[in-house]
Order: sequence, then C-alpha cells, then structure tokens
Amino acid sequence: MNVDFTAGSLLVPAAWGLGFVLFSALNVMFLVWMERKVSADIQSRWGPMVRGYHGSMQLLADMVKLLIKEDILPAAADKKMFALAPFLVFIPALLALLVLPIGPGLIARDMGVGLVYYLAVPSLASIGIFVAGWSSGNKYSTLGGMRSAAQLISYEIPRSLSVLGVVMLAGTLSMMGIVNAQKSLWFIIPQILGFLVYYIASIAEVGRTPFDLPEGESELVNGYFTEYSGMRFSFFMMGEYVALLVACLMGAVLFLGGWRGPFGLLPQLGPVWLLLKAYALVYVAMVVRWTLPRYRIDQLLEISWKVLLPISLINVALTAAIVFVGGEWLRGLLG
Amino acid sequence: MSTSFYDLINVFVFTLVGTAFVGIVLFVSKLVRCKNPSPEKLAPYECGNKASGEARPQTQIRYYLFALLLVVFDVEMIFLFPWGVAFRSLGLIALVEVALFIGILLLGLAFAWRKGALKWQ
Repeated sequence: MNVDFTAGSLLVPAAWGLGFVLFSALNVMFLVWMERKVSADIQSRWGPMVRGYHGSMQLLADMVKLLIKEDILPAAADKKMFALAPFLVFIPALLALLVLPIGPGLIARDMGVGLVYYLAVPSLASIGIFVAGWSSGNKYSTLGGMRSAAQLISYEIPRSLSVLGVVMLAGTLSMMGIVNAQKSLWFIIPQILGFLVYYIASIAEVGRTPFDLPEGESELVNGYFTEYSGMRFSFFMMGEYVALLVACLMGAVLFLGGWRGPFGLLPQLGPVWLLLKAYALVYVAMVVRWTLPRYRIDQLLEISWKVLLPISLINVALTAAIVFVGGEWLRGLLG
Repeated sequence: MSTSFYDLINVFVFTLVGTAFVGIVLFVSKLVRCKNPSPEKLAPYECGNKASGEARPQTQIRYYLFALLLVVFDVEMIFLFPWGVAFRSLGLIALVEVALFIGILLLGLAFAWRKGALKWQ
C-alpha cells in the first residue's frame, strides 16, 4: 500500500476545524442577538438596546456571565453521561461543516459521498440530546429526550428523500459537484417541492418552534437540558444554533446555488453570497418560530409520515419524469 | 491510500478539534466559576415543588412502530441514492425497477396507515 501520509494531512483539516469553530462561535453570538431582535420586532418591542449599538454588545456580557456561572451537577444525575452530553450535542454540528463548500474550490474535504455524510452526521446530535435527558435524573429531561428521539426518527426520512431530487439532477453526491451543477439554474426552481420539504424537515430536526416539543417550556420546563447550567447549558444553546445555521447553509448549497450570486453577479463575492442566502433562510425560520404555535406530538408525527413523506416521493417521481421526458432540454438548461 | 481513508482522517481531526474546543472552554469556566452546592440546589428541578416519584419514570414507548418504519425507509434510502446518482445512464429499466421498489414500500406505508400504526394512541 502506498502511504503518503504527511503532517499536512493532519494540520490542514485541523486548521479548517479551528476556522469553523471560530466561525460557529461568532455566528452563534450574532444569531442569538438576531433572534432577540427579530422576536422583539414581531412582538412590537425593542429587544436588547442598552449595551452597544442596538444591544449588540449584550452577547459579550452574556458570554462572560455564562462562563462564571456556577455549574450544578444534580445529585440524581448520572455524572459521567451528564458531563459527556454537551460534547455529543456540539460536535456533530461542527462535523457537518466538513463538507460545506464555501467558495470555488474552497471546501474542507470534498468527499465523494458528501451529501450522504451531511444527511447522516447532524442526526448524531440527537444521541447527545437523549443522553442529556436520560442522565439528568429529572422527569422533564427524560421526557424531552424521548420526544427528541421520536421526532428525529420521523423527520430523518423526508429530509433525506427531499434531496434525492437534487442528486438526480446533479448526478453526483459531492457537495462541490452539486454547486457546480447549478451554474445556470438554481435547483430551487425544478425542486421547489424538495426545497419546501427539506426546509420544514430541517427546522423539525433542529427542534425549533413549531416543532420544539423536546424542550417545550410550557410543559417540560426546559426539556432535555432543564438541569444544565452555566457553560454546559450554553453548549446546548450553541449546538442548537449551529445546527440551525448548518441546515440553512446546506439548504443554500443544495437549492440556492451555494456561493453563486443571482444571475452570475459578482462571482468574486463567493462566501458572502453563501452567507447572505443562509441568513435569509435563518430569518424565515426565526419569523416562523415567533409566529406559529407549537404542534402536538401526534400532529408532529402525522405531518412527517402523512404529508412530507408522500410529497417527497411525488417529488422524486416528478423529477424522474422531467429528466426522462425533457432530458435534452434540461441538459441544455443545466449546461 | 484510498481517498475515503483521508475522508476518515478529516472526520477524526474535526472530532478532535471539536472535543478540544468544548473541553478547553469548560476547563476555563471551571477555573473562574464559583462552586457552592447545597442539597436544595442539587435536587431535581420541578418548578419549586419537592420532586416526587422516580426520576426516570417508566414511560410507554408509543413510537416503536415508527422506529420499525424508519428502519425500512432508511434502507430504502441507501438503495435510492446510488440510483439517483446514476439513473440517467441506467435508463428506463432502472427507473421502472425503482418505481416497483418504491411502489411496494408505498403499499407497506398504506397498510401501516390503514392499520393505525401512524396514529399516536
């Protein structure tokens, strides 16, 4: 076997990893501030206003507060599992960024099975959520963890099936290849059904309102992380926001042309376009969160199995028909 | 070495970086935070009431049928993705085969639906 394993094969991914850690930490701070501002706007309030321009320094203060808060380890908790859970929740969100193409030729690792990797890895966070719920030694946490497992099981299927249409059009699983296939036509146009299913299922997987049953505060206090405090608590928050951002970034990559500007505008902006598209999706998710009430668990499961799953199967059939009937025309369109 | 081996190295290094980040931040926090536990603080939080009953109550797992369906459809997905990559060159025969495959699964879903397996009892 030919081994060309150098220090670079470890240092390059380490540099990407560090970059993405910084990226996610900064973005979480911005996202929390943005969420507070969006929710305030919807409820006709000002939101944070005191520290910095429109309260923009509030998050620094919050971070220091969380860092020096007492960390409570409940007497009833399973100590080792309790300590392990924050790791299990945060790391999968980071791992998903490994296959995120941020610009032409700019990707941490362009895996041949990139899309399947992306579909598989973020779901691992729910193991962390379940571990957190179970180990806390609190009824509400246990129930939150259980609900989270049911929710993940149900939304995994439509989320994966919805991107099958993208794979059929692009003819590759590599994330880079998928962006390259959207040179002249973003996949949101032929894949509008797929996009809607992907977006709804992603919001559900991330566990945001209207699908936030694992942590519904009016019934389960704070769900699976009721017993967490201080810095450990903040890793659950971070994991949640990074997961939301990753879902939106990947949505932009899969359906909105990734780093490409609309109509090929300003190609040198690359990563900025990607961030803008992702934040547009994040903004919609936030507006949805602050306008819709929460679903009941039976409604939640029915939406997935009786609405989203049939729609995504119809989408696959439609895509196959379009490609077969209008093959030549479509090939011309896709370039 | 195959490319998938390097893929795995990348995943491994990313996991290490993530673990180090969480670990270091938690360690720094441990150095600066206060620690003053009391029995009340360490009790399970139940909105101020004294915790009653078991912490991990026996719960009815109502969704094991969903779990069974998940396994079926997850395996379906594993078959569908390679087909999706290659289906333009595979042509009509593969399309008909996949249609049959999905059709059988849909029959299964319809059966489960009729039987009430998709209901939260």
